[in-house]
Amino acid sequence: MSVLLSAENVSKFYGTRAGCRDVSFELWPGEVLAIVGESGSGKTTLLRCLSGHLPASSGKVRYTMRDGRNVALDEMSEAERRLLMRTDWGFVHQDARDGLRMGVSAGANVGERMMAVGERHYGHIRATATDWLKRVEIPEDRIDDSPWSYSGGMRQRLQIARNLVTSPRLVFMDEPTGGLDVSVQARLLDLIRGLVKRLDLAAIVVTHDLAVARLLSSRMMVMQQGQVIEQGLTDQILEDPQAPYTQLLVSSVLQV
Amino acid sequence: MNAPAYNFAYLNEQTKRMIRRAILKAIAVPGYQVPFASREMPMPYGWGTGGVQVTAAVLTPEDTLKVIDQGADDTTNAVSIRKFFVKTAGVATTERTEEASVIQTRHRIPEARLTEDQILVFQVPIPEPLRFLEPRETETRTMHALEEYGVMHVKLYEDIAQYGEIATTYAYPAKVADRYVFDPSPIPKFDNPKLDDCPALQLFGAGREKRIYAVPPYTKVKSLDFEDHPFEVQSWDEPCALCGSRDSFLDEIVMDDQGTRMFVCSDTDFCAGKRGDR
Amino acid sequence: MSAVLKIENLTKSFLLHQQAGARIPVFESLNAEVGAGEAVAVTGPSGRGKSSLLKLVYGTYRANAGAIRVLSGTDWTDVVTAAPRDVIELRRDVIGYVTQFLRVIPRVPAEMVVAEPMMDRGIAEEQALARARMLLERLNIPKRLWHLSPMTFSGGEQQRVNIARGFAAHFPILLLDEPTASLDTENRNRVLELIAEAQGQGSAILAVFHDENERRRACSRSIRLD
Repeated sequence: MSVLLSAENVSKFYGTRAGCRDVSFELWPGEVLAIVGESGSGKTTLLRCLSGHLPASSGKVRYTMRDGRNVALDEMSEAERRLLMRTDWGFVHQDARDGLRMGVSAGANVGERMMAVGERHYGHIRATATDWLKRVEIPEDRIDDSPWSYSGGMRQRLQIARNLVTSPRLVFMDEPTGGLDVSVQARLLDLIRGLVKRLDLAAIVVTHDLAVARLLSSRMMVMQQGQVIEQGLTDQILEDPQAPYTQLLVSSVLQV
Repeated sequence: MNAPAYNFAYLNEQTKRMIRRAILKAIAVPGYQVPFASREMPMPYGWGTGGVQVTAAVLTPEDTLKVIDQGADDTTNAVSIRKFFVKTAGVATTERTEEASVIQTRHRIPEARLTEDQILVFQVPIPEPLRFLEPRETETRTMHALEEYGVMHVKLYEDIAQYGEIATTYAYPAKVADRYVFDPSPIPKFDNPKLDDCPALQLFGAGREKRIYAVPPYTKVKSLDFEDHPFEVQSWDEPCALCGSRDSFLDEIVMDDQGTRMFVCSDTDFCAGKRGDR
Repeated sequence: MSAVLKIENLTKSFLLHQQAGARIPVFESLNAEVGAGEAVAVTGPSGRGKSSLLKLVYGTYRANAGAIRVLSGTDWTDVVTAAPRDVIELRRDVIGYVTQFLRVIPRVPAEMVVAEPMMDRGIAEEQALARARMLLERLNIPKRLWHLSPMTFSGGEQQRVNIARGFAAHFPILLLDEPTASLDTENRNRVLELIAEAQGQGSAILAVFHDENERRRACSRSIRLD
């Protein structure tokens, strides 16, 4: 087994201001890494650099492709990077509207990635979409409905199905439960946790909610002012935080 | 009848050269949408300003021009464009497909098989087939460049999910020369097979969107479909009420307030020829 | 008895930045060893770091100095310096940790909670569930609860589910933090049986017991923290 994704001194500057600075880590297959920190700490900027949505100002992000090649994102052709994004990667946005095609039905949303990689059998696409809706607990008879008619929680689950249909090995999630009711959050988290475990997915989850990190991740990185100030196992960070900011974070919000 | 106040075919020579360069590029890259500096024409957008500019650029004084709208030579749009070129270029015109060297069309391809000596010019309202799913022009250009055409099937999927079959009946997307997916303009999908391996040069002009694209003679044009829902053209239960044709595209015409209908050829020249009436 | 767990010069203190940088020492230069098949109790007055020691061995707390060497197969790994993923691997295959507190995950049925550590090692679901059910039965969890999430279970039931989970897979090293606290006599005996069985299978056990009788029953010697 080899490292799936690695970051080497990744920095992103907006003018002279650093969005994130000198971030390095390794992610192995099947690992779930949570990036926590308050808003403005640079965690979303980092996620966008890692997922190829934003070019880093310096540093390298490398990924081990399915064929075993280890390639730096900025050395890939655009075609290769985009293919990676819709096959081996998933991206779950905080606002499902950013991750879904709101103009087409739920079934088409799930089927799109299959069609994008060359699936041309309607019956097969339909069957797979139906199966995935069931797996994310969306009633089968909603398959032809528009995502506009879905609740927030359902949209988020649909977004997850749409991403997982091509069996990616790595999923990026940006505040996947943000903006949802607490009860809806719990169901979604539980679903994500189950899928990640069953499918042996690696995931990088950006969240400001330590409870989300605790439930989903095995490892954590804490960010403050664009820098990673502490990283380690999730239970280490939450039960024995070292950095002053982490101690503040844990003591001020954690009630678990 | 040539009005000296106009340059031949209305546009000045510089402009025609610019359009011809775009046409040459479009022929060199079949199905690729070439941007061009579309001019204001003395007619509103949507009346065929793109097609008219392409026709003006390819027209020579020796040409014989035919203009059709929905297959008919005698509808308003066809008549005005034909008159426009008679006035500004003084070219000969015809209603007979086989006599024409340049045919400008809105929404149909003539039923008669075209020849190598002919140019078919289409008027195009929306040239971008990906627009339905992707509003960003920068993104659709990238998608064309990288041949990311999966989303085209999303539209067809939606049809089948909603209607049980591919319900798209016009502007049916197709792939040109195994490379670019293109919108053949709002012709009925009945005409899509005629695009394929056609001996005539087919040019497409979109005036408002400022794009020109082409299908060179004898080029493969394959309509998109699913393995289990293959591409099919429309068919009718009855023949043309006028000429009895069973293999042409028929228009449904309501005859009276009681709802009496009849089906007749949309290609008026073809229908007249069948009846021996011209 | 050959050692499988070696604690060398282990030092731990907590630095509380939020409380004016107060430093709370736990212990300094602690040395200890536990052999395969040996059960060792951690004793001492409360607040002297008995539970902390278990958490250090499990990797939840980070040591200031020293080493915690764990035999994994034929290799020794130092928990203090190991990379996170190596610690995760140790927790899957080598070090088990049982407390009285179950971390309840909504919607996961009790039998699955127990079967999970076995399935993480690649044991087939059916086989893992069979053992899970056997353990739940031994710990007197009514059969009708097996398919339910422990979310709604009583405190005692949750505790026993967690113990079943802790003993589901065989671990060469087992850390037990008051596993019998607040159980009735019968269940307490069942847990002591499970400990003895694990020991019989060669597990090295490091345990904190509140009750002195139980400690004596389960453990042959102790490490005292003062």
